[in-house]
Amino acid sequence: MYAQQVETGTKTVKSLDEMGAEERAFQEKIDAEIKIEAKNWMPDNYRKTLIRQISQHAHSEIVGMLPEGNWVTRAPTLKRKLQLMAKIQDEAGHGLYLYSAMETLGADRDEEIEKLHSGRAKYSSIFNYPTLNWADMGAVGWLVDGAAIVNQVPLQRTSYGPYSRAMIRVCKEESFHQRQGYEILLHMMRHGNQAQKDMVQDAINRLWWPSLMMFGPSDADSPNSAQSMAWKIKRHTNDELRQRFIDQTIPQLELLGCTVPDPDLKWNEERGHYDFGEIQWEEFYEVLKGNGPCNRERLETRRNATQEGAWVRKAAVAHANKKQKQQAAA
Amino acid sequence: MSEWTLFEVFIRSKHGLNHKHVGSVHAADAEMAIENARDLYTRRNEGVSIWVMPSALITATATDEKEPLFDPSEDKVYRHASFYELPDEVGHM
Repeated sequence: MYAQQVETGTKTVKSLDEMGAEERAFQEKIDAEIKIEAKNWMPDNYRKTLIRQISQHAHSEIVGMLPEGNWVTRAPTLKRKLQLMAKIQDEAGHGLYLYSAMETLGADRDEEIEKLHSGRAKYSSIFNYPTLNWADMGAVGWLVDGAAIVNQVPLQRTSYGPYSRAMIRVCKEESFHQRQGYEILLHMMRHGNQAQKDMVQDAINRLWWPSLMMFGPSDADSPNSAQSMAWKIKRHTNDELRQRFIDQTIPQLELLGCTVPDPDLKWNEERGHYDFGEIQWEEFYEVLKGNGPCNRERLETRRNATQEGAWVRKAAVAHANKKQKQQAAA
Repeated sequence: MSEWTLFEVFIRSKHGLNHKHVGSVHAADAEMAIENARDLYTRRNEGVSIWVMPSALITATATDEKEPLFDPSEDKVYRHASFYELPDEVGHM
């Protein structure tokens, strides 16, 4: 999931009888699957939760460009380089669609980005892991974008109209990302030498567990899920989505001829799902706290980009003002 | 506060269709808003024409006006063709 542990500001979900007239009308609309739009009345916590979730989602897209940007100059062929650049440009686009949706709630983009840069806003834990070899580009596309798709497909039906519409656009573009990633890995496994095949397995070994962590804590430790689901911001629990991702990914893994670093992974005929081992949640919480392998580097890169680009933004404003004066004088 | 202006973006997806609202962009001026909208909203042949306008210039109906504005049209069934029952001999009209 691109948004993890989004605080909802509520301890218990209210029943319809406990709500005032406005809130009740709002909840009834949600229950009837009527989208909430920017100008509609909404509870303050619904607005704040959405701003947190959508901004976190947007920040994830933007920070998510960094591990891939690392490989633009190192892509093995021009074709791969073009594909990678197109994918990174999409990530920027997705971030911007989301910031645009967030702004309809009255949030200011620059202020929210400042919260990211000062460490007050989160982004997905996954982007705090390094991309060490070319196969990581394949594994990121296949696993990370794959996990993102599993999360984002149901978000197309999320209760807030602008968020839902942004997700529809994102999902249309995202399947290219996953397919190009899987194709990179398949090509290495089918046509690569032993060292290249080893790279693929190494990338999967490092990214498998962090990809599963993307869905957030297990349901038992997810205190905000109930409210987010009552508001239909979230449509499925973290564990449901994680299971869905594993079930659809393992056959693809087998086709590659690779394994995942989980001795407990096996098909459970009775459940009709794969069983899997315990996730190391301490690692997840450490990464969220800022202590993952690349947290500091990612934020520093973002802050530098903003600072180093400041003169460009100022120059653009100065140029726009000058043009406006010239037009007024003419 | 934002350094740049927020613009709403409208795109005509193909000739003969209306421009449709797709989202917003930030830009220093309208010309740059067009360029940004092109990069953001038309990466896969989504449009043949773009309009942008500063978000602040849009006047919209308020939520609490919904009933007085739109309810009056609900009880005017005679504005619809299906209200008029004609004998079968008339054929398609």
